[in-house]
Amino acid sequence: MSRLTQFGNDLYTGTRSFNFVGRRRLWYSIGAVFIILAIGLTALRGGFVFGIEFRGGSEFRVQGTTAVEGGTAAATAIAIDAVDSVVSGSSPRVSIVGGDSVRVQTEQLTPAETDEVRAALADAYAVSVSDVSTSFIGATWGADITRQAIIALVVFLVLASLVMAIYFRTWKMAAAAIIALFHDLIVTTGLYGVLGLEITPAAVIGFLTILGYSLYDTVVVFDKVRENTSEDGAESRRTFAQSVNLAVNQTLVRSINTSVVAVLPTASILFIGSLLLGAGTLRDIALALFIGTIVGTYSSIFLAAPLYVHLRENEPEVKKQGSRTRVARAESGAVR
Amino acid sequence: MARTTTERKAIRSLVWLLVIIVALIAANGASVLFNNGQWTPKLALDLEGGTQITLAPQIASGEQVTQEQLDQAVAIIRQRVDAGGVSEAEINTQGGQNIVVSIPGEPDAATLQRIQSSAKLEFRAVLIADAASNSTIGAEGDTVDPTVDPTAPPTAEPTASPAPSVSPTDASDLAWITPDLQSSFDSFDCASLDVVGANVAPVDVPLVTCEQDSTVKYILGPVEVAGERIADARSGLISSSTGVTSNEWGVFIEFDADGTQQFRTVTERLVSLVGVQNQFAIVLDGRVISAPRTISAITDGRPQISGNFTEESAKALADQLKFGALPIGFEVQSSETISATLGVSQLQSGIIAGIIGLILVGFYAFFQYRALGGVVVVSLSIAALITYLIITYLSNQQGFRLSLAGVAGLVISIGVVADSFIVYFERIRDELRDGRNVDGAVEAGWKRAFRTILISDVINLIAAVVLFVLAVGNVRGFAFTLGIVTVVDLVVVAMFTHPLMQLLARTSFFGGGHRWSGLDPQALGAVYRGRAQFRAPVGVASTKVATSSREAQRRQTIAERKAAEASGERKEQR
Repeated sequence: MSRLTQFGNDLYTGTRSFNFVGRRRLWYSIGAVFIILAIGLTALRGGFVFGIEFRGGSEFRVQGTTAVEGGTAAATAIAIDAVDSVVSGSSPRVSIVGGDSVRVQTEQLTPAETDEVRAALADAYAVSVSDVSTSFIGATWGADITRQAIIALVVFLVLASLVMAIYFRTWKMAAAAIIALFHDLIVTTGLYGVLGLEITPAAVIGFLTILGYSLYDTVVVFDKVRENTSEDGAESRRTFAQSVNLAVNQTLVRSINTSVVAVLPTASILFIGSLLLGAGTLRDIALALFIGTIVGTYSSIFLAAPLYVHLRENEPEVKKQGSRTRVARAESGAVR
Repeated sequence: MARTTTERKAIRSLVWLLVIIVALIAANGASVLFNNGQWTPKLALDLEGGTQITLAPQIASGEQVTQEQLDQAVAIIRQRVDAGGVSEAEINTQGGQNIVVSIPGEPDAATLQRIQSSAKLEFRAVLIADAASNSTIGAEGDTVDPTVDPTAPPTAEPTASPAPSVSPTDASDLAWITPDLQSSFDSFDCASLDVVGANVAPVDVPLVTCEQDSTVKYILGPVEVAGERIADARSGLISSSTGVTSNEWGVFIEFDADGTQQFRTVTERLVSLVGVQNQFAIVLDGRVISAPRTISAITDGRPQISGNFTEESAKALADQLKFGALPIGFEVQSSETISATLGVSQLQSGIIAGIIGLILVGFYAFFQYRALGGVVVVSLSIAALITYLIITYLSNQQGFRLSLAGVAGLVISIGVVADSFIVYFERIRDELRDGRNVDGAVEAGWKRAFRTILISDVINLIAAVVLFVLAVGNVRGFAFTLGIVTVVDLVVVAMFTHPLMQLLARTSFFGGGHRWSGLDPQALGAVYRGRAQFRAPVGVASTKVATSSREAQRRQTIAERKAAEASGERKEQR
């Protein structure tokens, strides 16, 4: 069988073990560095770049053009080139409206730029400048959507924490899972901030997907931790930290397999989609999902589990389990 | 026998799954045949395009719409559109006064009505009713004497021009009717309501208007309860006083505390009046929907509105009332088709990439789990089929639309669905490592794995439900997809993968732990190899063996120890 199976066997028996819990200061530091980098670099770069769906912008309407007859894709390309010639690097949203006019939405332009784009569009579509109308448009993703989404998120996090606290019979697992979740969210959104990628509604949906995945993955790992630690009595041969560490090691093969299976389709969207299409919405979502899945899997193992031990190890009951084990070890030293 | 029971149960659940799939196919077939449905999911605005409706505010010339009014109107219109289904409409302001609503597909008249009508609801007392045509309906209204109810509190003095000569004491006081008002009532043509967008009168003066079918015209008193007092509204079939459900659709309103009090005061006053003054009119956008008689005072603040509703129009009105009236009325300025912003090429490459990703997942599953990889691939295919059928069905029935973000979400859900199988297989392997036979490992592994799958899916389901109920716009579409995928995951793993594993565990290939089955106990380092064959543990480091043997020594019974000592002594003697 594959070497990963042998690897899995060793992890299960404890022959091979990674010290996830013991080296937690290292993982915390790495997590903190990533969070500081994500926030710091984003702030240095001037904050997030929001798409016109969030900020509103300028709209141009080219009336009565014959270019539309050549097909939607061709007519769209003309507008993108025309806008790019004036404002480079902007990614305008172009649609054909009503059969013979073209709607071009761009970020908010200055009056001078607006005039230039208007002239460029008139030129590109071979119509007179008076046939190109301009107006300002408001955000399609308005403050009301954001407000409702945030309310919904807060309610979800509270409910999810409650359910986790009841299911695992300790609020500390819920707390550790939520902290890991915020880590994932900050790092993934930070990537957008650091690279200056435009945050579109599609990207926000990507972030929400990551949020769900991150919590899901942590719950799966924690359920194994629950299983292992609940079997431990005061007579356990392992300390609490060792128990948790063994649980994380035992689900490590699952974590690797799951993340590979989740990452393969997104990676194929990211790389194949980018190769076929260049930049686009699909690439943006795939990037968020690609990074988010990896970070989500990482944080369940390296952050959530150690955090849980950290939160619990000072409990008298848990401490007792540790000390008894140490005494037992010392006594059996002769046999060893 | 236990074995056959398990087998029978497994087969039964597979049959049930087949029934579900066939039912879904039949449901889709039915909507294709009878409801103009289709076999593929409908696509959202970004992939398919749709219709762009430009709404212009109905305001007198010279007046200006404030940004605040526009933002409020956008929020309310968005809620109304959302309530009509999960269509992921795009709504924004344009040029500081218009509102542009882009929705996928072709909107019908009802949808346009739902979007543009202001839905300003008012409850006014009827002062005079007259037949709009030459018929005699409600003609007695002219002869009723003014009745003054001393208990009712006086309402505000009318400020607008047709000022009454005597100050009316309450909203039912006929002193409201000035000669001016009487003459405008006499000459009032119900047809004019269709021309003018909305027949608006300030809340504190009487209103001249007609029943919505233009049979009766009214003079109504000032507003007694305003639409803002409505806390909730829903539609349903009206039941009679005896509790028998009729076939008539109505809208059920629930007032807030203030509204309940106001409505109680009004109905208590009206119940003592006679003739048309006993009636109160429910006015929507300046038109009387219905003017029921007041048989008894309504004290619980839960009136119902009837008035020639269909199921659809009742639901539309309930939605409009629930989300509140628009601060200003709008009219459709233009309605044009609009092409997709992303286009089909994005969808195609998304699907191609998704399929390539799935094939890669298949290869990885075979590499990791050998023949069990086949179970992963088949389970994933079943999950994909069910998800596709559900999405297509809901797209036909509920107006669900698939956007590019939705497609991407489905692609990543492959990971979450496959995870259930991975968690399950890993637990089975853990049980095998502990020395169970394949049969027992499948059962024991399932018990543990299902707990994990259940709790993690419950968390996802909470996310889906909360986001769907509370959020608006695109976020709802995401929540919808997440919810479907999570439920499908649970169904497939419990009704397909597990029963299949139970059956496979009884085959000699899997049950015997064949090298390529993915369940080979030997490769998994198990001590027990099935059918009472034991072997020495392999692949264990020498230190581990040493520790284990020392552990074994410590656990020897006294008899064993003595025997060992005796044999040791014998060795020494030799």
